[in-house]
Amino acid sequence: MPNIEVNGKSYETDEEGYLINLADWNMDVAQYIAQTENLNMTDNHWEVINFLREYYDEYQIAPAVRVLTKAIGKKFGPEKGSSQYLYELFPYGPGKQACKIAGLPKPTGCI
Amino acid sequence: MATEIKAPPYRVFNIAPAIQPGAMDGLKSFVANDKIQNDIGFPAFETEDWHDKAINKFSELLGKYRSLKVYLDACVHCGACSDKCHYFIGTADPKNMPVARQDLMRSVYRRYFTLPGKLFPWLVGARKLTREVMDEWYSYFYQCSECRRCSVFCPYGIDTAEITMAAREVLAAAGYGQKYANEIIGKVHKIGNNLGLPKAALEDTLEGVEEDTKEATGLDIRFPLDVKGAEVLLITPSADFFAEPHIDSLIGYAKVFHAAGISWTLSSMSSEAGNFGLFIGNYDQMRKIALRIRQAALELGVKRIVVGECGHAWRVAYSFWNTLIGVGDGANDPYAIELQNQLDHRYKQPMHICEVTWDLIQQKAISFDKEANDKHIITFHDSCNVARGSGMGDYPGGQFEIPRNIVKAAANHFFEMPEGTTHEKTFCCGGGGGILTDDLLELRVKGALPRMEALQTVVDAHGVNFMASICAICKAQFTKVLPYYGFDRRLIGGVHQLVSNAIKLGDK
Repeated sequence: MPNIEVNGKSYETDEEGYLINLADWNMDVAQYIAQTENLNMTDNHWEVINFLREYYDEYQIAPAVRVLTKAIGKKFGPEKGSSQYLYELFPYGPGKQACKIAGLPKPTGCI
Repeated sequence: MATEIKAPPYRVFNIAPAIQPGAMDGLKSFVANDKIQNDIGFPAFETEDWHDKAINKFSELLGKYRSLKVYLDACVHCGACSDKCHYFIGTADPKNMPVARQDLMRSVYRRYFTLPGKLFPWLVGARKLTREVMDEWYSYFYQCSECRRCSVFCPYGIDTAEITMAAREVLAAAGYGQKYANEIIGKVHKIGNNLGLPKAALEDTLEGVEEDTKEATGLDIRFPLDVKGAEVLLITPSADFFAEPHIDSLIGYAKVFHAAGISWTLSSMSSEAGNFGLFIGNYDQMRKIALRIRQAALELGVKRIVVGECGHAWRVAYSFWNTLIGVGDGANDPYAIELQNQLDHRYKQPMHICEVTWDLIQQKAISFDKEANDKHIITFHDSCNVARGSGMGDYPGGQFEIPRNIVKAAANHFFEMPEGTTHEKTFCCGGGGGILTDDLLELRVKGALPRMEALQTVVDAHGVNFMASICAICKAQFTKVLPYYGFDRRLIGGVHQLVSNAIKLGDK
């Protein structure tokens, strides 16, 4: 398995750069993964990432796109509650790219 | 001779690309690791006896499926299929010509299973199964979406998809499985759907959708889960719970059931229509996946089984559920017989959601405010497995007409894409058959070319801004690749998304 190196520590990832161990995640690792995705992390990004991790803690899966948009809209303002907004933050698709930065497994299936 | 002289209509030119040998050489989706393989009872990668395992599996398949032997023997290399494949059109790699892809397997078949190939391999293009050949198989048999468009043009009716499936099965038996498909199959066995969506998350998602729908309509439209004694069990792709635009069709199904007063339920244990066992050609996996549906139907005591917008699921349901699990006539084990007795045979079993909706439209049980869809100028993309692997409505061509009938009933503006790119000659979205994975994105983008060309013609001619489909893979694939061709990703949507927009609720 490939590894990534952050602050002198090594973390195991899968072929696509998703963290293998959920518990390995920290903000530095997230920053690092975001960089490899050419993303500049802002407060808006962190809001989404933190919500994803909370949701995953409770449900063992990332939220559906609609659940995510609704929750973000409720928590941080209606202007943020749209999939368009999330696509602007995570251009490769909020489902996969945001999960990767949040250290969650990649959602699979017909999505 | 006073008749008016008219110029014949322009033809649509199908321009075969100039070949670029090796263009997609070495493109390889991620290989399943040992854990993924073991989770579904497949052997680990790179064991010493891989060669014998592969040849034994090949031999077993030839004994089991006479069709495979016929297909491998019958091809005369006429070339009719060569320029019909969207992956060849998009990549120009000659090994993506269906005939050439098949020959990767045919050459090995000759070497081990025909007399001339055993005696004079160099004369008949026969070759040994080496590691390099396995790599080549893995690369190119996962550059086929099993869409079967080439088969429509084959004068011998060779089902190319069956050859791809056989090759994938031989590969998997030697430990060479695909991560994308096999990981997903493992999730279905463990959790009940391709996404790995557990019951609590499904409940939470459905509650949310129920709230949204209430907000939008003011009505209590339910999204019931695990309701015993419901009339209909809806089996739909789990992407319908998770992704955009899929979820809009889910809302459409719920509105149809609501408006028609049909009680229905989803099952948390069997929350997936998709069946990737088909993609890897493995009957046992396909059956094991399908058995969850039977179990759910028996436990919930439903009278009807309805399938949501999922292309290959409908092929499995329509063509194989009868003997696999006893939905429809055929299977004769005790549970299948029990299910047969339980189901209401005044209805077709199984039924596609489009058949349900179209029947209700004809009975005037549901109706539409068509103007609600006026912002959409619509075309319809036929999904391969529905178009070429199934039927609807019990008459030839029903699978083409019924979804279109629904769109036309629910909307005012509908235009067909050019002939030769729709109906039984439809082009694959480019992501079917186990290809819908990020590691094959280049292939997916290139393979979408002919569909995008066809779409462009109706965008230019009629201002089309909505392409409806009834397949979760098509929806996900187009959402991803449309922007590469300069289109908005939201141009793709579901047939029941249009139904959802326009259906009359409350007073009909």
